[in-house]
This record gives sequence, C-alpha cells and structure tokens, in this order.
Amino acid sequence: MYDVIVVGAGPAGSTCARYAAMGGASVLVLEKDRDVGMPVRCGEAVSNRSLEKIVDVDPRWIAATIKRFRLISPAGHVVEPDLGGYGYVLERRIFDYDLARLAVEAGAEIHTKSYVDGLLPEEHGWAGVTLSWKGERREVRGRIIVGADGVESRVGRWAGIDTTTHIRDMETCAQMTLSNVDLADDVCEFYFGNDTAPMGYLWVFPKGNGVANVGVGISGMASKKKAAIRYLQEFVDRRFPGAGVLTTVAGGVPCAVTVDSLVKGNVVLVGDAAHQVNPMSGGGITSGMIGGKMAGESIAKALRANDLSLLEEYPRQWEKEIGAKHRTYHRMKSAVYKFPDETLDDIAVSVLKLKPEKRTIWGVFKTALRHQPSLVWEMVKTFGLG
Amino acid sequence: MLLIEIKPNTCDFCGCCVGVCPEDAIELQEAHIEIIEERCTNCAKCVWVCPFEVFVFHKPARKEQAEA
Ligand SMILES: Cc1cc2nc3c(=O)[nH]c(=O)nc-3n(C[C@H](O)[C@H](O)[C@H](O)COP(=O)(O)OP(=O)(O)OC[C@H]3O[C@@H](n4cnc5c(N)ncnc54)[C@H](O)[C@@H]3O)c2cc1C
Ligand code: SF4
Ligand code: SF4
Repeated sequence: MYDVIVVGAGPAGSTCARYAAMGGASVLVLEKDRDVGMPVRCGEAVSNRSLEKIVDVDPRWIAATIKRFRLISPAGHVVEPDLGGYGYVLERRIFDYDLARLAVEAGAEIHTKSYVDGLLPEEHGWAGVTLSWKGERREVRGRIIVGADGVESRVGRWAGIDTTTHIRDMETCAQMTLSNVDLADDVCEFYFGNDTAPMGYLWVFPKGNGVANVGVGISGMASKKKAAIRYLQEFVDRRFPGAGVLTTVAGGVPCAVTVDSLVKGNVVLVGDAAHQVNPMSGGGITSGMIGGKMAGESIAKALRANDLSLLEEYPRQWEKEIGAKHRTYHRMKSAVYKFPDETLDDIAVSVLKLKPEKRTIWGVFKTALRHQPSLVWEMVKTFGLG
Repeated sequence: MLLIEIKPNTCDFCGCCVGVCPEDAIELQEAHIEIIEERCTNCAKCVWVCPFEVFVFHKPARKEQAEA
C-alpha cells in the first residue's frame, strides 16, 4: 500500500512524485517503457525563465542555448524578433532521467516495464491500479492515483474525466534528429504555411555538433488529407539533403484547454494527461512540471491532514496561475490557424517594415492583431495591458 | 465489424491515436498496439491523426452501409 501511485515517468509525473515524496508521502511511479524518457518525442525547446523557475538547471541538460528566433512566412519572408530572454534546446534523454532520479532521491520508488491497464474499484473511489509487468498481472494499492500518462491519458478516462482530445486540437507530429547539418547553433527556426505545416508549424532547432531536432506538428484536421511524416520528409529532402537521420519518431500534442476536472475523488491528473500544454506553442515540458509540482504539494498536504478535500487546492492554483491564460492562448491559436498564407506573408512584410528595435515577439503579435482585430481584446485580458 | 486495419510494423507507439479515440478502444503498450473490437465504433479519428499512416480504413461500399 502506497500513499501515491503515479502512472507515467515523464517530466510531469516525475516532478509530481518528487514533491509528494518531499512532503512525506510514500510514492510509487509506474512506467510502461523499459527506459525512462525514451524514445524522445519532443522538440526539446524551453524558455530559460520557465525552466529555472521550476528546477535547478544542470548544464548537462542543455544541448544549445538559443539567442534568436527566426520565423519564416509561407513566401519565405524572414522575421527575427528580439526574444527579450533566451531559450534552451534540451537533451531530454538526460533531462527526463534526471527528473526521475530527483524523485527517487526524494524517496519515491520507480518501476519500469509496468503497463497500467485499469483502476481497482472500491466502494468510494479507487483502491489502486492493475498492471501488467513483463506479462505478469499485478495489483498495486494506493490512496491517491496520479495520471501522468501523457497524451494517451487513459487513467483520467477510467476515473470518469473526459480527457479525449478533439482532432482539431491534436497536433500530430513527426520528428527527426538529423546529423551533419549546417546550422547556427543559437537560432531556432519556425516555418509556417499551408504547404509546409497546415494549422501548425515546422521547427528546426539546433543541438550542437551539427545535430538538429527537426519536426512538424499539424492539426488532426489537416492530417486527414496528408500525414505529418510526409510534410517532414518533403522538407528534409529539400532543406537537408545530405543529412544523416539519427531518429524518426511520431508524436501527438494535446493543444487544448486544461481538462475540466484535474481532481476527481482520489484521482489527480498532471501534464499532457491533463492537457496542461500551452495550446499556442505546443510547449508542455515546463507547464507539465508546474502542474506536477502543484499537484505533488497539495497531495502531500492532503495526506498529512488526512483530508482529500485539500486536493482541490491544486486545480484552484492551476487555474489562477496558468489555466485561464491557456484558455486565451487556445482562442488565439484557433484564430491564427484560420489565417491564409497571404495573411501570414502580409504580417511578415509589415513586421519587416518596423524599426529593428521594435521587432520583438510583441511587435509580431501587435502586427498580427491588426489583421485580426478581435484578438486585441483577448491579448489585453491575458497580459493585463488594458 | 472492425473496419480499421493496423498495417504491421508501421506503428511508432506514440499515443496520438489513443488521445483522440472517443471510446478508449486502443490498447497501447511499449511496443504493441491493438484495437479493442467490442469498443471501436469505426469513427476513423485514429486514422485521421496518425502521423505515420499506420491505419487503413476499409470504408464499406454504399450498398453495404444501407443494408447495415
Ligand atoms: C513531436 C513533439 C514535439 C514537442 N516539442 C516540445 C517542445 O519543443 N517544447 C516543449 O515544452 N514541449 C514540447 N512537446 C510537448 C512535450 O513533449 C510534452 O508536453 C511533455 O512531454 C509532457 O510531459 P508529461 O510528463 O505530461 O508526459 P510524457 O512525457 O508523455 O510522459 C508520459 C509517460 O507515461 C507513460 N505511460 C503512458 N501510459 C502508461 C500506462 N498505461 N502505464 C504506464 N505508463 C504509461 C509513457 O510511457 C510516458 O513515459 C512536444 C511534443 C511532441 C510530441
Ligand atoms: S498514432 Fe499511429 S504511430 Fe502513433 S501509436 Fe497510434 S498508430 Fe502508432
Ligand atoms: S475508429 Fe474511432 S473508436 Fe475505433 S479505435 Fe479508432 S478512434 Fe477509436
């Protein structure tokens, strides 16, 4: 019998496990794969500020430090907004491992090769989970069950939380790690346009030593006609014909608003499983970790007080700090994805007319807003600029 | 009847299809995927989102649909 069972050892699950264990709970993390963090299905980009806020950054996690963004419009206009900060391209093979290690050092146990396939019912809620471990059926009991099971998020469904992602909001992705490419090692490139990445974008992120993380994410609506891997293959053949392909993976990002219930009875959801991804950018590493930390802390508190109603602090805190913002980003994404290629090109051309010092991310946004005035109000509400 | 076919050796086990399946009809282990026939409604959402075109949707002909 454990205090907490965490299903999934991604950044959100490991962070939740770590904070619950630090708060005195006995924690078991169950991961279906044989190896934590593998394979990497991710662009691996984060902003330095959001990462530093949630964890002490180890230099071994950093493949590249990003000083510039390069946004490329459908017709090829290149805008380089001033970032006003910097970013990292992570080495998630090392990063995810270390987050799991930090959880174990805080007292959590972790079992890999453990495929959770159901919840154990009891009179009031759930008594634990059922799993298959190397083909053997097992049951594990726990007082609180955390679904940190990523984009496939089945734990929530079993508990009666609707975690199904609408295909419009599912960014379906293909990603490659390329070697032998010629790239500046401090610039992240983003390509937009209907022929390259309909209702999404294509990214080229440097990882040093001539290695790049290159991928595409398109809405499930667009993928009906042509799958993500085809867009990526065409781009790579065109742009990096001589590259060595070190990995090719598929992936999905739930770019939706946060699920309605982050807590139901003794079941708690964090990370992609809870749709805690920034729906505009598709970035979910740090936001999932923030969700994991908030959940882990409120779980520890609820257990210490022996009062499960204290779990409700987590959804309240999430809504206040991030959830409301994500709803606005989601509306903005939905509007931007309707922009035809001509509008994206017009925006790029207008931004290029700005004085260089005005070409900030905010300058790009303001210009985009002129093309979609209804977005202005959303922006004002989000950033409190009114 | 299941109208969705999984092309052998094409799946990357990424979970994208599981995330959109409204019926929780996909069982996805580390390196094994299976559609639970009793739950699947042949809605084809998994087919549409799969980044690697793993699924084939055997659309019934009009006549068969009318009979069913
Ligand atoms: C192609 C792609 C590019 C991306 N690029 C970026 C980016 O550049 N920056 C960024 O911030 N975010 C990016 N994201 C999003 C980011 O990867 C996710 O938001 C993040 O990994 C979510 O963390 P998590 O812990 O919630 O889930 P995950 O990292 O997905 O971890 C979930 C874990 O649960 C395990 N699991 C699932 N089901 C079970 C089960 N039944 N039993 C046991 N274990 C189970 C899985 O094996 C997995 O290890 C990208 C995503 C994709 C797909
Ligand atoms: S979306 Fe495609 S590649 Fe991913 S798990 Fe489903 S069938 Fe496999
Ligand atoms: S066809 Fe629909 S119900 Fe069947 S597995 Fe695919 S998404 Fe699920």
